[in-house]
Amino acid sequence: MRLNKILKNTLLVLTACLVLSACATKKEVATDIKGQMQGDVYTGTDTVEYLADGVPDRVFFATNESILTTASRETLRAQAAWLRKNPNINVVLEGHADERGTREYNLALGERRANAAKDYLMTYGISSDRITVLSYGKERPVDSGSNPLAWSKNRRSVTVKAN
Amino acid sequence: MTKKILILLFILIPINANALIEVDITRGNLNPLPLAVSPLSIDEESRKGFEKILKKENIGSEISNIVENNLRISGLFNPLDKKAFLQAPDIANLKPRFEDWNLIKAQALITGKVNYIDNKLRVEFRLWDVLAAKEMMALAFTTVPNNWRRVGHIISDKVYERLTGEKGYFDTRIIYVSEEGPKTQRIKKLAIMDQDGANNKFLTLGNELVLTPRFNPASQMVTYLSYFKNMPRVYLLDIETGTQEVVGDFPGMTFAPRFSPDGKKIIMSFAKDGKSDIYTMDLENRIVEKITNHPSIDTSPSYSPDGKYITFNSDRSGYQQIYVMNNDGSDVKRISFGNGLYGTPVWSPRGDLIAFTKLHKGKFYIGVMRTDGSGERLLTENYYQEAPSWSPNGRVLIFYRETKTNSKGEGFSAKLWSIDLTGYNERQIKTPTDASDPSWSSLLSN
Repeated sequence: MRLNKILKNTLLVLTACLVLSACATKKEVATDIKGQMQGDVYTGTDTVEYLADGVPDRVFFATNESILTTASRETLRAQAAWLRKNPNINVVLEGHADERGTREYNLALGERRANAAKDYLMTYGISSDRITVLSYGKERPVDSGSNPLAWSKNRRSVTVKAN
Repeated sequence: MTKKILILLFILIPINANALIEVDITRGNLNPLPLAVSPLSIDEESRKGFEKILKKENIGSEISNIVENNLRISGLFNPLDKKAFLQAPDIANLKPRFEDWNLIKAQALITGKVNYIDNKLRVEFRLWDVLAAKEMMALAFTTVPNNWRRVGHIISDKVYERLTGEKGYFDTRIIYVSEEGPKTQRIKKLAIMDQDGANNKFLTLGNELVLTPRFNPASQMVTYLSYFKNMPRVYLLDIETGTQEVVGDFPGMTFAPRFSPDGKKIIMSFAKDGKSDIYTMDLENRIVEKITNHPSIDTSPSYSPDGKYITFNSDRSGYQQIYVMNNDGSDVKRISFGNGLYGTPVWSPRGDLIAFTKLHKGKFYIGVMRTDGSGERLLTENYYQEAPSWSPNGRVLIFYRETKTNSKGEGFSAKLWSIDLTGYNERQIKTPTDASDPSWSSLLSN
């Protein structure tokens, strides 16, 4: 069929264009921006709130990752100490993703991040009964920007008092 | 609600089987067929009757406007300007003067008549091949007057089918998520509208976050994710009765729901302890089955139209990729091997293709590939777009697109878009608010 041939050629050209233009786009370099990021993990304090003096409420993640950084582990150890001192407080760990992923995958990723934080709190003696995990995926960014710094602030697990 | 209201009363004249004009659907809009949609003629008494009930001055013109608009947005037809028409609608419907229509370069002509009989709307229409000077099709419908828009959609489907040889997709609806408010605190509601954007209706109030609604095959039920009481769970909603229920009793987040092609099961993900697996629940006996079992994220499942296979995305290779497996979870095969991440696979209603979202070098693409992963074609590139859903004839994809914000974080919007499988005819679908997560219904009438 001649028409099919024409169609195939058109599509080949179209696909080639898309691939080329994708290649031509600049790689988004997520390097150290004003000392607020390391790799692409947020290290600033703009959005951080405190559960108590010296107890930050959130930890940050690299793109597509749920690994806790050294700084995150320090934050979670402070949270665990605070929770041990306050045995009546229960918490919700709210896991979030940035906007650069599909909605459903991000829901799962948020859950995975909050669980990474939960597991760490548990290894420091906090009972799983006191922790609820809640993923928001990309639904609740703290920063509405469309840039690497904003995305890094949004990739987070936030510990929220449940009672 | 859907099937019973429109009664196809009788077929006036059997369809002529001779080869007349044909539109090649695989070509995109390179050469849309010029056609004339003559306003449906209406006698004065009927006109007044409908004006009283429907508050429309001329229901004949309104119906033909719907037909004209549908055929135009399909990208396959080029409806000609009515001002150029030489023949009056009533006379054209009796016997077109083909020379006149030929003169304005119309290759096909649609004529018709509307009557108000016994409080009913009766519409007849004819499709003519102008060059061959022949009638191609003639049909008549009788229905309640309130169904006038659907009559326009059904005529469009009949014309589309007669001229392309494939079923249309105009008498359909879209369920989607309506969005309002700042990006950091979006208010989201389930909304439903006709495929052309008319009859928009909100199904939830916006008190809780709702995501990813999907129709069942009969287009009367919707499965979706709701954060009711801050517990993200898959719900089932009956559109007619408004009844809602949680699907299954899972100790954690369930998400990414879809119906099986027979409508009897819901397939979805359940997230626990940092891993997400795919489950099904039978809606009749409530039996839950675990389909995947892997420490990775397995989500966005979608059945093949015969129900034998499931496609989904998983990061078991380290990154999000598309897989196909048997419906019992056996024989899992990765099918996406291009550069970048692949997600949201959706099996075409025709069975031959899987539509997907691809993220590569900071750009999002909507594309299709064959079910073995070969023949990948990217249809559209943008800053952010995802979640394709197929038109029931498998020729058009609807998806949503979000804009990049400026340096102050302003200018965010989310809109629905559609594109043909050919990669042509990309269009924004107008919605009263921002919109995302569209799902296309099946044909409401056949």
